[in-house]
Amino acid sequence: MNGPIAVYIDHFKGQALAASWEALAAGRRLADEAGTRLQALIFGAKVSELAEQAIQYGADEVYTAESESLRDYSPEPFASLASGLVGEAAAVLFPTTTRGREIAAMTAIDLNSGVITDVTALQLDGDRMVAEKPVYAGKAVVRVVCRTDPQILTLRSRAFPKGEPDPNRQGSILPVSVSPDGADGLSSHQGYAESGGGVSLADANIIVSGGRGVANNPNLVPPDSMDEKETELWRAHQGYKLVGDLAEVLGGAVGASRAAVDAGYIPYAHQVGQTGKVVSPDLYIAAGISGAIQHLAGMRTSKVIVAINKDPEAPIFKYARFGVVGDLYDILPALTDAFRQRLGG
Amino acid sequence: MKIVVCVKQVPDTAAKIVAAGGEVTWGEAPLVLNPWDEYAVELALQLGGDVTALTVGQEGPNEALKQALAMGCGEAVLVSDPALSGADSQAIARVLAGAVSKIGAVDLLVFGRQAVDDDGGVMAAQVARVLGWPCLSLAASVQVEDGTVRTERAIEEGRQVLSARLPAVISVTKDIGEPRYPSFMGIRKASRAQIPTWTLGDIGIEAPAPALSFLETFNPPTVEVEVEMIAGESPEAIAASLADRLIAEKVL
Ligand SMILES: Cc1cc2nc3c(=O)[nH]c(=O)nc-3n(C[C@H](O)[C@H](O)[C@H](O)COP(=O)(O)OP(=O)(O)OC[C@H]3O[C@@H](n4cnc5c(N)ncnc54)[C@H](O)[C@@H]3O)c2cc1C
Ligand SMILES: Nc1ncnc2c1ncn2[C@@H]1O[C@H](COP(=O)(O)O)[C@@H](O)[C@H]1O
Repeated sequence: MNGPIAVYIDHFKGQALAASWEALAAGRRLADEAGTRLQALIFGAKVSELAEQAIQYGADEVYTAESESLRDYSPEPFASLASGLVGEAAAVLFPTTTRGREIAAMTAIDLNSGVITDVTALQLDGDRMVAEKPVYAGKAVVRVVCRTDPQILTLRSRAFPKGEPDPNRQGSILPVSVSPDGADGLSSHQGYAESGGGVSLADANIIVSGGRGVANNPNLVPPDSMDEKETELWRAHQGYKLVGDLAEVLGGAVGASRAAVDAGYIPYAHQVGQTGKVVSPDLYIAAGISGAIQHLAGMRTSKVIVAINKDPEAPIFKYARFGVVGDLYDILPALTDAFRQRLGG
Repeated sequence: MKIVVCVKQVPDTAAKIVAAGGEVTWGEAPLVLNPWDEYAVELALQLGGDVTALTVGQEGPNEALKQALAMGCGEAVLVSDPALSGADSQAIARVLAGAVSKIGAVDLLVFGRQAVDDDGGVMAAQVARVLGWPCLSLAASVQVEDGTVRTERAIEEGRQVLSARLPAVISVTKDIGEPRYPSFMGIRKASRAQIPTWTLGDIGIEAPAPALSFLETFNPPTVEVEVEMIAGESPEAIAASLADRLIAEKVL
């Protein structure tokens, strides 16, 4: 392979996203196989700790760009930095995060190369990386290679194993200078908004999801003076409380179907599916979700799927490893208790 | 304000996709406006002004442009050229950028989050980079005032507020608001519209060389999961055996 493999480490306020270490571990494996060096790229206001971590996770060299102007992400300066550093690389791997995908896309334009996003499998063929990438929401897979260098790829979250940090690994840290850009053609960071809280569905090992069924408990008596819609939302709230309790005991995240999001039961950030988040946890528990094709597109690759549904004919059972025909209002609290007993806490 | 919204025609998301002999087919399923682009069109119409829908695609009737017109876009342009067969995202991005330059004096370029066929999610950033315009992607809300666009960007950790001077590129998420339904008048207008088709020659660029080679497309092997139904006397009994089975699967 002509040149090193570089991996972009995406982080938020100095905390790396898990997918960054997954990409680094994949890069390590490929670099060993190709007999080349593995580089990590880290940009931010304070990155020395991350740089040490990157070495422990397998980097031979870490390029760090440290500057107050890089405290918060904005695409253009980050892409320019990346493009400036990987011109000689044979391949650049990014985690498929909102930032990683964007920088990868821009770097491909800057360096006149191609980008393959959301890769789920990678193999070396000579000096080319043969990537598998789901298309049509996973209903098909393409096998694709980038003919130009650097080959730019973004790796899907949780598709590659993370690897163990080795505190004895040695590597070098190479600071690069950052020249402040002019203000033209740039987007600028203005702050963070409170709304739309950060549910990290993509990183979750366990997801408990609720669908339209969460609002369906006619036995619950709502407080007085609620109209029909208020009653429905109140019921949904009771249902999501059960979903949330189970997620909490399991240390997981809460997901939802689009029908639940559209009905206003829960914010869009929780939506799983073709037009929501694509997730692949070890355990996905779907309660009160029928299993529409667009929902399946977002969670079908989960390792173990559990379906809880009143309707024995619900399509979700065809994709589940375990199924329970029953009312989620009965099953979820009992399951929460059962895990509490078994897992403690 | 002059807005261009980039749209793509894709098979309906409910379609059964069959990959065989190097070709992808979707049976009788209709072609539709990419669902994410409905939000892009909606935002463009909300912002108002002079809105043009733009696509790079095959020659002939184009559902994405038709739907965009029916929703209320004033104009539509199809870029089509046989030299673009086998084009990858960066090649399409260069063509879109060329078309935007030909349209001229564009203030804002709006994209959907991603196309539900190739699932790339890169086009907004790539076109922005070719044009040298700022890119505000994954916008959950957008305001334009005094030549500045301000967005809330949906990120893993919540939302980030970004702003940029026009001309700029944005891509939008569903938080922008429900896309409107086409009016009866809109549908009639769209069905009669004469949509201009531009070749690469019309735009004045050569076909950009593709960087990617697509080796093959296949349907993922269907993993036959044998569902194990958990039954029991009571919710507690069911919960107990399910919890034990999950602990045995080592996924906790
Ligand atoms: C372009 C497009 C994109 C889409 N994208 C997405 C997407 O990203 N994600 C997504 O999820 N959907 C998406 N959809 C919508 C999808 O087609 C379905 O409408 C949606 O997934 C249904 O949600 P649901 O399963 O919660 O609701 P329903 O289909 O109404 O199912 C509710 C289920 O709950 C069960 N139930 C009811 N009460 C109880 C109870 N008390 N206990 C146990 N079970 C109960 C019922 O038996 C039923 O199976 C999309 C659709 C389109 C057209
Ligand atoms: N061929 C095309 N013509 C016009 N716009 C496109 C085309 N392909 C993609 N887009 C736009 O770019 C967005 C992202 O597409 P993609 O990067 O292909 O997932 C889509 O939502 C559209 O707004």
